[in-house]
Amino acid sequence: MEFDWSVIEDAMPALLGGARLTILITIAGLVGGLIVGFVAGLMRAYGNVILNAIAFVYIELVRGTPIVVQVMFIYFALPVLADIRVNPMTAAITAIVVNAGAYIAEIVRGSFISVHKGLREAGLALGLPTWKVLVYIIGPVAFRRMIPPLGNQVIVSLKDTSLFIVIGVGELTRQGQEIMAANFRAVEIWTAVAILYLLMTGTLTLILRITERRMRIL
Amino acid sequence: MSIVEFRNVTKAFGKVVVLREVDLNIEVGQVVVLIGPSGSGKSTLLRCINALEEINGGDLVVDGISVKAGRSNVRVIRQEAGMVFQQFNLFPQMTAMQNVAFGPQHVRGHSRAEALEQARALLAKVGLSDRGSHYPSELSGGQQQRVAIARALAVKPKLMLFDEPTSALDPELRHEVLGVMQALAEEGMTMIVVTHEMAFARRVGKRMIFMENGKISVDGDPATLLSNSENPRLREFLQHVH
Ligand SMILES: Nc1ncnc2c1ncn2[C@@H]1O[C@H](COP(=O)(O)OP(=O)(O)OP(=O)(O)O)[C@@H](O)[C@H]1O
Ligand SMILES: [Mg+2]
Repeated sequence: MEFDWSVIEDAMPALLGGARLTILITIAGLVGGLIVGFVAGLMRAYGNVILNAIAFVYIELVRGTPIVVQVMFIYFALPVLADIRVNPMTAAITAIVVNAGAYIAEIVRGSFISVHKGLREAGLALGLPTWKVLVYIIGPVAFRRMIPPLGNQVIVSLKDTSLFIVIGVGELTRQGQEIMAANFRAVEIWTAVAILYLLMTGTLTLILRITERRMRIL
Repeated sequence: MSIVEFRNVTKAFGKVVVLREVDLNIEVGQVVVLIGPSGSGKSTLLRCINALEEINGGDLVVDGISVKAGRSNVRVIRQEAGMVFQQFNLFPQMTAMQNVAFGPQHVRGHSRAEALEQARALLAKVGLSDRGSHYPSELSGGQQQRVAIARALAVKPKLMLFDEPTSALDPELRHEVLGVMQALAEEGMTMIVVTHEMAFARRVGKRMIFMENGKISVDGDPATLLSNSENPRLREFLQHVH
C-alpha cells in the first residue's frame, strides 16, 4: 500500500485539536490530582487512625479498579446516584483527578516516609515545632525524591486520557478514531496519532530529565 | 546550680525497661562523660533530656522546666539543650552555612542577615570558614560533624548533648571533632557526652558516669575511674574499649 501524506495533512487540524484537549484534560486533572494526592498522601503518612483509614480506602478503591470503570462510573452512574449532570469533559478531568490522586498519594507518602528519621529528630532537637520540620526539612527532601515518580505519573495520566474515548470526549484518540471511520486510512491516521502522543510524552521526558539534573536528588 | 535533674526517672519501650529509677543532677559547666555497654541506656538517657523520648515515670527537669510540661515548654528545653548525633543528620538540601543559619532564623526568629552572620562566625569557630557553600554530601564526615556542632550551637543552647559524636568517623578524622568539643568545654559549656574516647574523657571530662542495665552504677572523677576503679565490671568494660 501507498503511504498517503495528504491524508495526514487533511487530518492534522482535527488531530491537533484532539491533542489540545488531551493536554487540557491532563493538566487540569493533574493539578487536581496533585492536591488530592498530597492531602491523601500526608494523611497516610502522618494522619491519625481515622484520616489514615479514609485515605487508605480511597487509594485502594482507585488502585483496585480500572480507570475505564472509574470514568464510566463518574459519567454514567454518578448522575443516577446523585442526580447531577456531568458533561464528558468534566467526567474526564474528574477521572484523572481521582485516579492520579490515588497514585500520587502513594508517591507522596512513600517519599515522606523514606526520609531518614534522623533529619526529623535533628529538626525537633533544634526546638522546631513539628509542622516546621515537615515544611522546611522533610518536605524539601521528600519533594526531590518525588520528581521521578511524579514525572512518570504525568506520562501515565496523559496516555490514560485516550481511554476517555469511551465517553466520547474529543481527545486525540477519539479524533483519530472518527477520522479513520470516515476515510479508512488506518496506517496514516494511527501513525500520526502515535507520533503526536510521542511528541507530548517525549517533551515531558525531556522536561523531567532537565529537572532531575537541576535538582539534586537527595 | 543544677541544669539537669533526673528524679527517679523510668523509661520503657513497651515491656523493655531501659532506664530504671534514675536519679542524676548535672551542674552548670560540668562536662560529663557517659559510658557503658551497648544497650545500657546511654542514648535513651540523653534523648530523655531533650524529650526526643518521653519518660514514663518520675520527673526530669531541664533548666527549671519539666519535660512533662507540654509541647511549647518542650520546645524551650530543646532550644536550651543542643544535640549532636552519631550520624550528623545535617539537612542535605542546605549548604553548611544554611544548616547553621537555620536555627537562628527559624527557632530564634532572627533575620536572615543576622542568622548568616552568626553562621559565618560559628563555621569559623569550628574551622570551616571556607566550606560554607558546600553541601553535606560534599564534606568529609569530620567536617559534617563539625557543621552539626555549629548548627546546634547556633541556637545558643546552655547545654550540649553528644551521642557518640565520633563513632561514625574514621580514626584520623576524630581528633578534629574532639578538638572542637574540647574548646567548647574550655569555654565553660555544660556538656554530656556519650563516647568511647577514653583519652578525651580523661583530658576533658570533669565527671564520668558508668551505666549498666538502665542504672547509673558508677559516678566519679574520670582520671580516678580510668586508672583504678573499684568496680570490677567498669574495669572490665574499660579493658574492652581501650
Ligand atoms: N525506639 C526504641 N524502641 C524499642 N526499644 C528501644 C528503642 N530505642 C532503644 N531501645 C532499647 O533500649 C535499650 C537501650 O538502648 P540505648 O540506645 O539507650 O542504648 P545505648 O546504651 O545507647 O547503646 P549503644 O552503645 O549500642 O548505643 C536497648 O535494649 C534498645 O534495644
Ligand atoms: Mg547509643
